[in-house]
Amino acid sequence: MFAFLIRRIIQAALVMLVVASIAFLMFRFLGDPISNLLPEDATVQDRAEMREKMGLNDPVLVQYGRFIVDAAQGDFGQSYRNNRPVSDLLAERFPATAELVLVAASLALALGIPLGIYTALNPRGWLSQGLQVVSLLGISVPTFVTGILLILVFSVTLGWLPSFGRGTVVDLGWWTTGFLTTSGLKALILPAIMLALFQMTLIMRLVRAEMLEVLRADYIKFAKARGIPNRMLHFKYALKNTLIPVMTIFGLQLGGLIAFAIITETVFQWPGMGFLFIQAVNFTDVPVMAAYLVLVSFIFVVINTLVDLLYNVADPRLRAERTPARGV
Amino acid sequence: MKPRNLLLTSALALACAATVQAETFRLGTNGDLYGLDPHSMTDSFTVSFLNHVYEALVRYDADLKIEPALATSWEQIDETTVRYTLREGIKFHDGQDFSAEDVVASVKRASHEDSPIRGNIAGLVDAKMVDEMTVDLMLDGPNPLLNNFLTNVLIFDSGWLEEHDALDPIDAQKGEEGYTTSNANGTGPFRFESRTPDAQTVLTVNENWWDEPQHNLTRIELNPINSDATRVAAMLSGELDMIFPSPLQDAKRIESTDGMHVLEAPGLRAIMMGINMSDKSNNPNQDGNPLQKVEVRQALVHAISYDLLRDKIMRGKSRNLGGLVAPQVPGFDEGVDAIPAYDPEKAKQMLADAGYPEGFSFNMNCPNDRYVNDAAICQALAAMFARVGVKADLTAETKAIHFERARANETDMFMLGWATLPMLDGYSVLSAMLHTPGGQMGTWNPGGYSNAEVDRLTQAVATELDAEKRHEMMVEAFRIADEEVAWLPLHAQPLSWAARDAVKIPQTADDKPRLWLARIE
Repeated sequence: MFAFLIRRIIQAALVMLVVASIAFLMFRFLGDPISNLLPEDATVQDRAEMREKMGLNDPVLVQYGRFIVDAAQGDFGQSYRNNRPVSDLLAERFPATAELVLVAASLALALGIPLGIYTALNPRGWLSQGLQVVSLLGISVPTFVTGILLILVFSVTLGWLPSFGRGTVVDLGWWTTGFLTTSGLKALILPAIMLALFQMTLIMRLVRAEMLEVLRADYIKFAKARGIPNRMLHFKYALKNTLIPVMTIFGLQLGGLIAFAIITETVFQWPGMGFLFIQAVNFTDVPVMAAYLVLVSFIFVVINTLVDLLYNVADPRLRAERTPARGV
Repeated sequence: MKPRNLLLTSALALACAATVQAETFRLGTNGDLYGLDPHSMTDSFTVSFLNHVYEALVRYDADLKIEPALATSWEQIDETTVRYTLREGIKFHDGQDFSAEDVVASVKRASHEDSPIRGNIAGLVDAKMVDEMTVDLMLDGPNPLLNNFLTNVLIFDSGWLEEHDALDPIDAQKGEEGYTTSNANGTGPFRFESRTPDAQTVLTVNENWWDEPQHNLTRIELNPINSDATRVAAMLSGELDMIFPSPLQDAKRIESTDGMHVLEAPGLRAIMMGINMSDKSNNPNQDGNPLQKVEVRQALVHAISYDLLRDKIMRGKSRNLGGLVAPQVPGFDEGVDAIPAYDPEKAKQMLADAGYPEGFSFNMNCPNDRYVNDAAICQALAAMFARVGVKADLTAETKAIHFERARANETDMFMLGWATLPMLDGYSVLSAMLHTPGGQMGTWNPGGYSNAEVDRLTQAVATELDAEKRHEMMVEAFRIADEEVAWLPLHAQPLSWAARDAVKIPQTADDKPRLWLARIE
């Protein structure tokens, strides 16, 4: 277990180093940050001085090295655009993204799993058929279209929900939350639905497919023959075995939700990390982009580690297989 | 007056009083402020919004004429010194008195060598306090545009700066956050209340403002909404009182909605194409540089259908420009503004006479995220040039890359928009875009246009204090540039705002909403 964690930490460090280096290579093609920092009619000399001051004249490798050394000490530098430390900016934006993702993920699980079970148990029912069609739409329509449609219906036409922003948030000092105010909760609904829709349909279809597979397995047939009631059969024996692959996929998707809430945040002007990143790209704000990408890769590694640990808990066979495998 | 009427009148008066007490102006914009320190960045929207909190010695009125603000009068003492008399009895939002000390500290802060806006008061040598309410500004030479520059140099309270260790401008490299980035204390019509970056900035009315308020607002909420579609939706759903800018393509949708309208007018920003005039074309298939020849450039003007660009690409909202400045900018002249007739046959003939009967090829570069319909304009231009046998290889890229390429003269024709702000004067174009490049001059003349007479006139305009003489010299320089087609002017970019019908606000050509002139009725 301990060795496993150590291995993972080393892996995480490697992944982050690689991401940072790819990021730095990419940034060279994003254009010149100076053009956003000085007035349009700044002189050539002003520009040169600014470049020198910001260390942009150094070779990419030197800039990369400087970034790594500082980042290792927790210093991600200063945002060009906001004139503030990048770590402050990210910390300030993280709660917005975290709450949005939390609600979206809960929504996806809370709806996706029961719907998946229902469609698996009643494969020929008209409701199941209908859900299947709708879920196809949910998977194939691009999320920004869903978002705009939601705004059009619920904000512009019906006027029920706000079309942008996070509403009133309560500042707890280390965290800002929209859960405690009516406007905050109302503001969460549309973006959460937009972000959850794809995940929900994915989970529903996955649960359905897995469940159908498991229901055909021999042990279910035997259990049925033994006269175990359907209810117990479905929810105790079948569902448990269904959920292992669902867990894997969901773990991967959760990282994706955090990292790629970007589109939802852009459509709804949600002041989260993804939105910060998009603005940084538009402004060629290199420190923010680099820190964001490194942070996201870190989140991915953490989530995948957690999922692997959960496997060990959920599936006894994995625990048993590990020891001999290492001896070989 | 009959009792009934009296009742009605008092009820009305009461109702009015009630509305006066709580008029919140909810503004939606396409981007957030960069921060709260107007000396730390050159973003014109940020500075113009902070102008509600901070003020300058002088300001532009709704017609873009200079009027007194924190200074009541000024006089030229000698060629290089201007004396400003300050307004008495003004208090900062935290209660401190406004005095000459504040002006000196603020001007020095803005012109500090680490200040990104020091270019906005180029030529300032020193600022000296004469007495409590008088300040002398010392310049390196006569400067007819000093007041224009000063509209953008907002004044801080020196005591407040000192207390928070902010007398020097924020140094981005120090890696620490400046106090002034997240706090504000000015003299303006509104005081800063709160800010959540990318979400909302709130100002409340300053009851003790020195000026007679034209507005009836008590609170301003700035809501940045970067996505065009969402911003329009928020306007349509009644969550905002005004959006700026309002996307051109949604104008009809907004107009057709009850209770709201679009405000449109051609603005100050002139859109134009810069031309490579060096000996070599950047296009690998082209020998020499045909664009270097005046006759070729003149032929290209005849190949452009200005009306088509305006009507089809700009949906009839832009104003065709024959010269390099919009009508509101000093230096504008109707003669220079005249546009040569659209005549592709004539263009072909002129090209043949110039030695290119088969046409030629060149590279054209455009931004695709900077100006209104920028990439579409370039596509249309390329098609128009193709009709006279000239092949433009078009590349449309994001602004950061586009301007880097343009500046390095890595293309043969590039798009640039120039609003002349904060100067609001033709000298801005003459010095940056028409003067031969070198030192402070020609900073945006990467194509290398050079004309000795234009250079001479530009230098004379820089120091000429007589307004009429100055104007004549500017017009003469623009006329030469027009004849030689130093740049290809296209149009004045339209401003587009949208507001509820209850909102009354003057639409100023500099594209800066002045909410202290706005009313909600």
